[in-house]
Amino acid sequence: MSLKENSVQPDASRWGLVRRGISSGGGSRLLWTVVALLVILLVNRAISPTFFDLRLVNDRLIGSTINILDNAAPFVLLAIGMTLVIATKGIDLSVGAVMAISAATAVMLIRNYEAGATEFYYQPGFVMLIALAVGAICGLWNGLLVAFFNLQPIIATLILMVAGRGVAQLITNGQSPTFTDETLAFIGRGVVFGVPFPVFLAIGVLIVVTLLVRRTALGLFIEAVGVNDRASYYTGLQASLIKLSVYMLSGVLAALAGLIVAGEVKSADPHTAGLYSELDAILAVVIGGTSLLGGRFYLAQSALGVLIIQALLVGLYVSSLHPTTNLVVKAIVVLAVLLLQSPEFRQFATQPFRRTT
Amino acid sequence: MRFAKLALVVSLLLALVVPFATAQGGGEGLTIGFSQIGSESAWRTAFTDAVRAEAEARGINLLFSDAQQSQENQIAAIRAWLAQGDVDAIILAPVIATGWDDVLEEAQDAGVPVVIVDRNVDSDPSLYVTRVSSDFVHEGRLAAAWLVQATSGNCNVVELYGTVGSAAAEDRHAGFAEVLGLFSGMEIIRSETGDFVRSNGKQVMESFLSSEDPANICAVFAHNDDMAIGAIEAIKEAGLVPAVDILVVSVDAIPDIFDSMDAGETNATVELSPFMGGPAFDAVVAHLNGEELPKQISVGGGLYTSRAAYDADR
Repeated sequence: MSLKENSVQPDASRWGLVRRGISSGGGSRLLWTVVALLVILLVNRAISPTFFDLRLVNDRLIGSTINILDNAAPFVLLAIGMTLVIATKGIDLSVGAVMAISAATAVMLIRNYEAGATEFYYQPGFVMLIALAVGAICGLWNGLLVAFFNLQPIIATLILMVAGRGVAQLITNGQSPTFTDETLAFIGRGVVFGVPFPVFLAIGVLIVVTLLVRRTALGLFIEAVGVNDRASYYTGLQASLIKLSVYMLSGVLAALAGLIVAGEVKSADPHTAGLYSELDAILAVVIGGTSLLGGRFYLAQSALGVLIIQALLVGLYVSSLHPTTNLVVKAIVVLAVLLLQSPEFRQFATQPFRRTT
Repeated sequence: MRFAKLALVVSLLLALVVPFATAQGGGEGLTIGFSQIGSESAWRTAFTDAVRAEAEARGINLLFSDAQQSQENQIAAIRAWLAQGDVDAIILAPVIATGWDDVLEEAQDAGVPVVIVDRNVDSDPSLYVTRVSSDFVHEGRLAAAWLVQATSGNCNVVELYGTVGSAAAEDRHAGFAEVLGLFSGMEIIRSETGDFVRSNGKQVMESFLSSEDPANICAVFAHNDDMAIGAIEAIKEAGLVPAVDILVVSVDAIPDIFDSMDAGETNATVELSPFMGGPAFDAVVAHLNGEELPKQISVGGGLYTSRAAYDADR
């Protein structure tokens, strides 16, 4: 097979969406990402013979592969937002803190509902909407700082990353409140056709956002802003508005991820909800092949990146390795995945076995 | 000279006041600086609140400094207190063990006694009055002892590890494994970190239940209550009955774990006392009275199997 990145031709057929959206990472890069995921899954299978086993308990599928998908769901949401932000040459360090704020908001509100408050805005559906709106406001704040006041994205979002956890603690008074409402909990622990609801949620959002950016010109606009925002401005793009909207989307998706995590354990811990998850989201985007310098972005590959990280984690859980080795193993495997994807490294590694002509 | 006289008068006055104050809990009128690590967990906030409430009840003027996880902030706060010369003692909850020698010497030179609470410092014990803390090894041993008794020494345990490298996790594991090692029928068959976080505890337990035959798991030992509560959710989702099919024992004694006990879903918890303010203030008062104190004062550490038993001890 060809290793040349530019061998992928533009395709105007009805598969154009799929080709552009999913495989334009350069066919080889996508291939190696899939290979990495399969290798990790097979290693897991070798460690734990029951790895691919599924059993049905109370209409719920139980098994390691389901665990991977379930654990991955909130990170897929984060990675989708992060991919678009990074495509505009930005970064969003605040997503973990936004998760905590959204979870704290939702749980504090739903506790009023459980205490018997009848106001419509304490109904579970509204509580979810309010939590998402809070995420949008957080994104708006980031977007304003980056797009209109021209702060460096890493600093602009660092402010909310640090302050946001304090905000979440203020909302919950420093406690970790719990709730019992099953409607709100469903978003994190519901089961549909035996599969956890967050999995459907993540896949649904991935499809909707992919259609949104690839069926319209929005994806191209985002990439244009990332490559050169001034040039895109002179060609008539509202670069600031595009940046603002990707940060807002990232905020909303982080809030949704926060609701999932809160629903999962029916509580909101402002100190630990989403802690360090921004780093895993960024890592997934990078594994997926989107450059931190902005420009071309690959949503589905970012989701694959999340699966790789989670498959690795679940593999560590089912292994008998002492937990102290986790971070080292994770670092080594991630490095191996990134090297596997690098054409230069593959060339370097296969050099001794090549015939010189 | 004038300052020296003033100090003499004040210390004489204190010497008069303190013995009476000791009888009522002690420390009225003292000004004590409290350098806290931060507010990274609900337990930490409860700890801060408990120290504040204790100070208020005793009439102690507490100067509180939140270091936000930074040793520099802690050192800066202590130096500021020493420079102002208005604190009678300092209570330090150190974020890490190393690097305290200089500032502790400065405090000693200024004649301000320092009491260490919670985590440890590796400085020479002569530099501080005493350390008030929980004994994590003891907590692990106690949890194991309960489990041994409950299962007559036959049990395959899965362990939800705290943050790797933290003293709380390492020592609880050490104490737990030490007691388990005395019984050939007791074994830790899985051990993975959930970072002391509820949702991570659930995810790790899900993995254990997926990769092991659940019938082979007799109990779960969680390094804190939050992870235990997450694990209980996972056990229920797998169609098993927590505290019956799989025994649940953990450490902390947070309010939520007693709700879980009321529901019959947790068997036992070992208390990690947030009430270190009282013993720390007592130590300060005793030191100012010229008493010699042991270098380690342990608090908490009781094991509870019901809310009633815990409330009875309060």
